[in-house]
Amino acid sequence: MMKNESNQNTHSAEKPSTIELVNKNLTKRYRAEKRFKAYGVTAILFGLACLVILFSDIIGKGHSAFLQTYVYLEVNYDADALEITDVTDPQQLAMADYSALVKSALREQFTDAKSRKQRRNLYGLVSNGASFTLRESLEENPALLNQTTGVWVLADDDIDTYYKSRGDNQADAFIGRLNPQQVAWVETWIGNQQLKKSFNTTFFTSGDSREPEQAGIMGAMAGSLFTLLVTIALSFPIGVAAAVYLEEYAPKNKLTDFIEVNINNLAAVPSIIFGLLGLAIFIGYFEMHRSIPLVGGLVLSLMTLPTIIISSRAAIKSVPPSIRDAALGLGASKMQVILHHVLPLAMPGMLTGAIIGFAQALGETAPLLMIGMVAFIVDIPGGVSDPATALPVQIFLWSDSPERAFVERTSAAIMVLLAFLITMNTAAIWLRKRLERRW
Amino acid sequence: MKQVQKENDPQISQDVSNLETVGNIFSDNAKMSMRNVNVFYGEKQAIHDVSLDIGKNEVVAMIGPSGCGKSTFLRCMNRMNDTIDTCRIEGDFKLEASDIYHPKQDVVALRARVGIVFQKPNPFPKSIYDNVAYGPKVHGLVNNKTDLDEIVEVSLRKAGLWEEVKDRLTAPGTGLSGGQQQRLCIARTIAVGPEVILMDEPCSALDPIATAKIEELMAELSQNFTIAIVTHSMQQAARVSDRTAYFHMGKLIEVNDTKRVFTNPEHELTEAYITGRFG
Amino acid sequence: MDKKFLDRHISHSFDNEIETIITQILEMGNIVEQQIVDSVKAIISTNKELAQKVVQVEDDVDMREVRLDELCTEVLACRQPAAFDLRMVLSATRIIRDLERIGDEAQKVAKMAIRLEKKGAAPAGYEEVAHMGGLVQSMLSSALSAFSQLDVTLALDVAKADKKVDRELKSAMRTIVNYMIDEPKSIKRAMNILSALRSLERMGNHSRNIAEHVIYLVKGLDVRHSSIKEIASKLAE
Repeated sequence: MMKNESNQNTHSAEKPSTIELVNKNLTKRYRAEKRFKAYGVTAILFGLACLVILFSDIIGKGHSAFLQTYVYLEVNYDADALEITDVTDPQQLAMADYSALVKSALREQFTDAKSRKQRRNLYGLVSNGASFTLRESLEENPALLNQTTGVWVLADDDIDTYYKSRGDNQADAFIGRLNPQQVAWVETWIGNQQLKKSFNTTFFTSGDSREPEQAGIMGAMAGSLFTLLVTIALSFPIGVAAAVYLEEYAPKNKLTDFIEVNINNLAAVPSIIFGLLGLAIFIGYFEMHRSIPLVGGLVLSLMTLPTIIISSRAAIKSVPPSIRDAALGLGASKMQVILHHVLPLAMPGMLTGAIIGFAQALGETAPLLMIGMVAFIVDIPGGVSDPATALPVQIFLWSDSPERAFVERTSAAIMVLLAFLITMNTAAIWLRKRLERRW
Repeated sequence: MKQVQKENDPQISQDVSNLETVGNIFSDNAKMSMRNVNVFYGEKQAIHDVSLDIGKNEVVAMIGPSGCGKSTFLRCMNRMNDTIDTCRIEGDFKLEASDIYHPKQDVVALRARVGIVFQKPNPFPKSIYDNVAYGPKVHGLVNNKTDLDEIVEVSLRKAGLWEEVKDRLTAPGTGLSGGQQQRLCIARTIAVGPEVILMDEPCSALDPIATAKIEELMAELSQNFTIAIVTHSMQQAARVSDRTAYFHMGKLIEVNDTKRVFTNPEHELTEAYITGRFG
Repeated sequence: MDKKFLDRHISHSFDNEIETIITQILEMGNIVEQQIVDSVKAIISTNKELAQKVVQVEDDVDMREVRLDELCTEVLACRQPAAFDLRMVLSATRIIRDLERIGDEAQKVAKMAIRLEKKGAAPAGYEEVAHMGGLVQSMLSSALSAFSQLDVTLALDVAKADKKVDRELKSAMRTIVNYMIDEPKSIKRAMNILSALRSLERMGNHSRNIAEHVIYLVKGLDVRHSSIKEIASKLAE
C-alpha cells in the first residue's frame, strides 16, 4: 500500500496528473463546443433571414392589391341614351348600353377632350367594368331612371397604379402608359377628391380577366378547392388502405419489398412526370376533358399517394405492439384490432402526413400545366368537371402579364396561397395535438 | 448431496436434448394438457418435446433462465404465436376435450376461453369502462347497457380495482398507476369470462407493493380460474403457484409441487437455477 | 396475539401460514405443559397410567415438531420472510425444538415414575419435585403467553425464574444427598428422584430459552448466553 502511494507520488512529479491534463484541454473543448453551436445558430438565422426577405418582398408588393381605386362620377341615367322604355323589363335593363352613361358623364366633366383620340383617352380612365356597376345600381333601384346621381365606379388599372404610387407627392407617381392630358385629368379628380381607395372585393369575388382591375382569384381558388377535394377523396382512402394492407396483412417477401422500394421511388419522381402521365392516361386514353379539376385531382392524387402511404405506414408502425397483443389476446379479430385500435391510434400521424401531402398538392403547378389547367378561364367553376385553373397556375399566369397592376396581384395571390398552406399546416399540427392529447 | 457447484458453466451449456422431464407432469383434473410440444422459429427449435398438464383451478408457474422457451410455451397456449410467420408448432394442445390447434378451432373463440395478461400493463387508450367492456362487446356477450355495466363492475371487483376507480370509470385507463393498469388488464381479461388465464411475467414492470397486490389477486382468482404464469422471479413462483415447471434451453426439466421444488428439487439443474448458481 | 403485527400482509395466505404456525406452537406448548403436570403428578402419586400417558403423548409431540418444522421450511422457501416475519419463523423453529426437548425431559420424568412405581414409592424428595414441577410449569406457561402476546417483560420474568429453579435444585439435591447418607439402602430410588429433579431443571432451562427466543422475536436482540442483568439492560436501551 505504502509502496503504491510513493510510486504514484514520483509518477505525478514526472508527468502531469489526469486532472491537470483535463483542465488544460478544457478551454479548447469549450471553444469547440461553442463554435459547433454557432454553426447551427447561423444556419437558423440564415433561413430566417431568407424567409423574412421573401415575406417582406411579397407583402410589400402585394398588400396594395387589396385596395382598389374608384372614381366618383355624376351619372345621369338617361332613359333615351339607355334605350329603356320599360324599367321593369329585365331584358331591356340587361341589354342597355351603360357605357354611354359613363362616357357622357366623363365628357361633361372634361369638356377639353375634343378629338376622338382625346375622348378615347378620357374613356380609358374608367374601367369598362363601370357599366356593370351602373347596371347593378339601376336593377337594384329602378327609380334612378332619368335621375342624376353620384356613383363610385371602378378606375382603370393605369389610374389605379398611378394613384396608389402617387401618395401625397405627384412627383413619386408611376405614370406608365398615361399621357400628360390624362395625368392632368386624374390630378383634377384628385383635387376634387373624386378618387378613393377602398377594399378590393373584386379580387376575391371575380375570376380571371384581361383587365387587372377586374381580375380576381375566386376562379383559381374554386379550381384549387375542387382539385384538392378530388385529391383528398381519392388519395387518403387509397393511401390508408394500401398502408394498412402492407403493414398488417402483406407477407414479408421479395414482392412486398419490391413494392416498398417502388413506393419510395415514386415519392421522389418529379411532379411534371405525373402531369405527363395524367395527360397520357386520363386525357389521352380515357378521353376526359382538358383543364378540369377532376383530371387535376387525379394527377395530384397519384403524386400525393406515395407520401400518404409512407407516412401512414410509419404511423401504423408506431402503434405499440402491446396494444395489438392486448386486443388479440382478448379475442378481437384482425379487422377489429385494426379498426378499433390501430387506425384510431395511427390517425394523428396519418392525418399529419396526409395534410402535408395535400399542402404540397395545393402548391403544385407543373402537372397542372401538362393537363391544360393553364388556360385563360374567366368563369368561376361550379364543379369538378368545369374548366378551371388553380391558384399556383394563376400566379404563374399573372406573373407573365405585362400590365403593371398584375405585379401586385401576383404577390397578393401568393399571399393568399401562402395563407392557405400555413392554415393547412397549422391544421395538421392542431389535429395531431388534439387527437394525441385525448389520452 | 448433489454437486451443483460443478454445474457452473461447461456442463450447463451441454446438450440437454436427452434429458427427460422429472417430477409429475400430470394433473388429476387437467384443464389444459399439452403433449410432445415442439416449437420452431424458422430453423431454430425453441421448445423440445414438452408435455405438461395444467390442473383446474391450479396455479402453475413456469420459471427458467431467459430464452428457455417458457414464454413461447405460454403464448402457444392461446395461439398468440399465430401472428409470427416463422413460428411452427407441433404437438397436442388440449383445452379439456377440444384441440386448440385443430384447423376448425376458431382462434377468436379460443381466446375467449383462454385469456392472457402481458408483461407490460397495456390498457387501451380508452376509458377504464371501455377497457373492461371491450372484450364483452367484441364477443357480443351482452345486449344492453345494464348487463354490460354489471360485467364491468363485477370484473373490476374481482380484480380488486373497483373501490379505487368506481368514481372515475370514464377517466382514461392509461392514467392509472402501473399496478392499477395491470389490474385493469386483468379485469379486462376476466370480463370475457375465460376459463384459463395466462400471465406472461405480469409483475416484471411493477414495484414490490403492486406486485404483492397482483400476487394476492392471483391467489383469489385461482378459486375461479385456472392460471398459468411465466415469471422471471422464482420467489414469485414460490409465493403464488401450486406447481412449478422449470424450463431450460427449450426443455421442461422438472415439474413438481412448488413446495417440493423450492425445498428439495428433484433435478440438479432446477436446484442450480433456484439457488442462483446460474441463470 | 398482538394484532399490530398481523393482518398486515397484502397476501392473506401468508398471514394464514404465520397464524397457523403460532397456533400450532401454542397447541404443542399446551400439550407439553400438560406433560410436565402429568409427569410430576405421576411421580408424586406413583401413578403408572398417568406416566404411561405422558410417554404416549410424546409421540404426538414429536410428530408435531416435524410437521411444524416442515411448515416453517415451506414458509422460508416460498415466502422469503423478512424482518419480523423472518424472526418469527426463526424463533418458531427454535421454540419448537425447545418444546420438544421439554417433552423429552417430561418423558424421562415419567419413566422415572414408572421405575419408582416398580421399585416402590420414592423415599423422599416429593415436596421438592412437586415444588419444582410447579415452578417449571408456570415458567413454560409464562413463556408461552409471552410468545403469544409478544410480551418482553413476561419473558424477562421467565428468565429470572430460571435462577430460582437452579437454586431449588441445589437445595433439593442437598436434602436428597443427606437422605442418601442416612439411608444408603434407598440410594437407587433416590437417584431416580435426583434425575427427575435434573430433568425438571433442564425443562426450566428450555423454558428460559423460549423466553429468550421471544425477546429475539420482539426486539431483534440475541440475548442468549447473557446474564439477567445484561438482558434487562439491553432491553432498557
